[in-house]
Amino acid sequence: MTESADRRWHRLHPLSPVVSAGRVLIALLILLAPSLAAGRGAWDSLVQLVLVLVLALLGVVSWLVTRWRVEDDDLRIETGLFRRNSLRFPLKQVQAIDVVRPGLARLFGLSELRLRMAGSTREHARLAYLSAKEADRLRTQLLALAQGTIAEPARLDEERVLLTIPTPRLVASILLSRTGLAVGAFVGALVAAALWPGVASVALGGSTFVYVLGTATALWRRFNGEYRLTVAEAPDGLRLRSGLVATTAETIRPGRVQAVRMIEPLLWRPFGWCRLELDVAGRQRAKGEGASERRQLRAALPVGEHDLAQMLLERILPHAPTDRRPPPRRARFKSPLRYHYLSWARNDACVVTTSGRVARATDWVPLAKVQSLRRVQGPAQRRLRLVTIHLDTAGRNVHAVIRDRDTAEADSAFGELIELARRARQADSKS
Amino acid sequence: MTALIAALAGSLVAAADGWPGAVVAGGVLVAGLGLARFVRRRVPAWAYCEREDDLLVRRGVLFSRLSVIPYGRMQFIDVTAGPVERSLGLATVRMHTAAAASDARIPGLDAEEAARLRDRLAELGEAKAAGL
Repeated sequence: MTESADRRWHRLHPLSPVVSAGRVLIALLILLAPSLAAGRGAWDSLVQLVLVLVLALLGVVSWLVTRWRVEDDDLRIETGLFRRNSLRFPLKQVQAIDVVRPGLARLFGLSELRLRMAGSTREHARLAYLSAKEADRLRTQLLALAQGTIAEPARLDEERVLLTIPTPRLVASILLSRTGLAVGAFVGALVAAALWPGVASVALGGSTFVYVLGTATALWRRFNGEYRLTVAEAPDGLRLRSGLVATTAETIRPGRVQAVRMIEPLLWRPFGWCRLELDVAGRQRAKGEGASERRQLRAALPVGEHDLAQMLLERILPHAPTDRRPPPRRARFKSPLRYHYLSWARNDACVVTTSGRVARATDWVPLAKVQSLRRVQGPAQRRLRLVTIHLDTAGRNVHAVIRDRDTAEADSAFGELIELARRARQADSKS
Repeated sequence: MTALIAALAGSLVAAADGWPGAVVAGGVLVAGLGLARFVRRRVPAWAYCEREDDLLVRRGVLFSRLSVIPYGRMQFIDVTAGPVERSLGLATVRMHTAAAASDARIPGLDAEEAARLRDRLAELGEAKAAGL
């Protein structure tokens, strides 16, 4: 790979319009099939055929006008026929790089490359689609450029696998989740409907069907997204790979994790399982993703024992504080459900808080990633002399909340945290 | 001032409608007084302080909030002035960081003070900027 070859403009893979239009085409085929099968001839479906042609043409044009290249420290993508759109993505701000392969793309051996940028910009660097080999090569190259080590990009096989999720356990964990239970209840209702038609059919209206379809999709997406999830450690970051039909391979640059959250749902407690999620900056959202899934973060460990989570946590955030202190007893009047789970601890680099009403959530936030601090006291808290401290991060939804602490303790902690965050920030920007 | 307007509105309703109107007027008067008290306590509770490394913004009477925003974390600063604010020569300064939860604002500043604050924050933000 010479310098001049690298600075050329590249096109996406010629098959990309086919894959991009794939879903629409399949949907249209399903629509067309009955009229074709009924033998009414092609005339009736002329409109649909024209639609297909127009779609295909649009796809080809969009492929023709899209090109990309790597310029020094930027990735540039130019696209658009009438409104030329020239996008420049500074590689220094890349938080993570994903290689996504939907089912259809896998058939053709294609991959999509996604760059997750810091900041709230709507535009994400998306290269859909490249050949699988080129996508992998480009990923390692971009990561090396982002790191500033031009010398030798990390090889793809140079990694240490930390864990892989066994499939039976994943299935069990999904069935024991809230969505899984909802589906179970629905199946139960179906059985009831079969046994006593009159009673249950009232409860199962037509609208239930839509809901079930949505739930089933969510379940499938979760299963597919976490199927055989593998976490590996490599010099260029933490690598997460998963997927049954559509596969994704993420690489999170070292030191780009804004917060870590561990969730222990009530139903998983008999098994001692927990879920570990990572929060990375930038509000990234995939197409067709619902509100609940947006809140759901990428799991580094969809389900696993505490020891496994602890091991992973130590890789991501070394020196996490341990001895957590409970809140004063009077906090139970303010947060009766949360009281048993409330606690917090800190050291010079990191804050950990626990909370949650039914499921226990433990949040770790490195002080170097704290964006702002807030001290909040409501009327009930004032009467009970309690204070809540929020530590805001640039992540999508994890931010540490030190809830319901004694006023004196909270005030001194607030002062300390401001100072510690300042020091951590300065140390972080120097290195 | 608010109470005066409320009383005036109330008496107008009363004059038009007889005794049901008087009840409405009483209600309006009480609401107006309540609002006046609310505003009178709310406005002085709003305060800010420029420190060496961060900006403190305090607000709220019932829910008291104190935000600490390090200069290095500010991504951009907005100065907005709606029609009412503009007619009174006021402006609102809003600070944004990379975290969505931490957006702090200081309303009702003199337009000049708002401009000064904006320039100073931008300058300090540049000097102390820290990566994500």
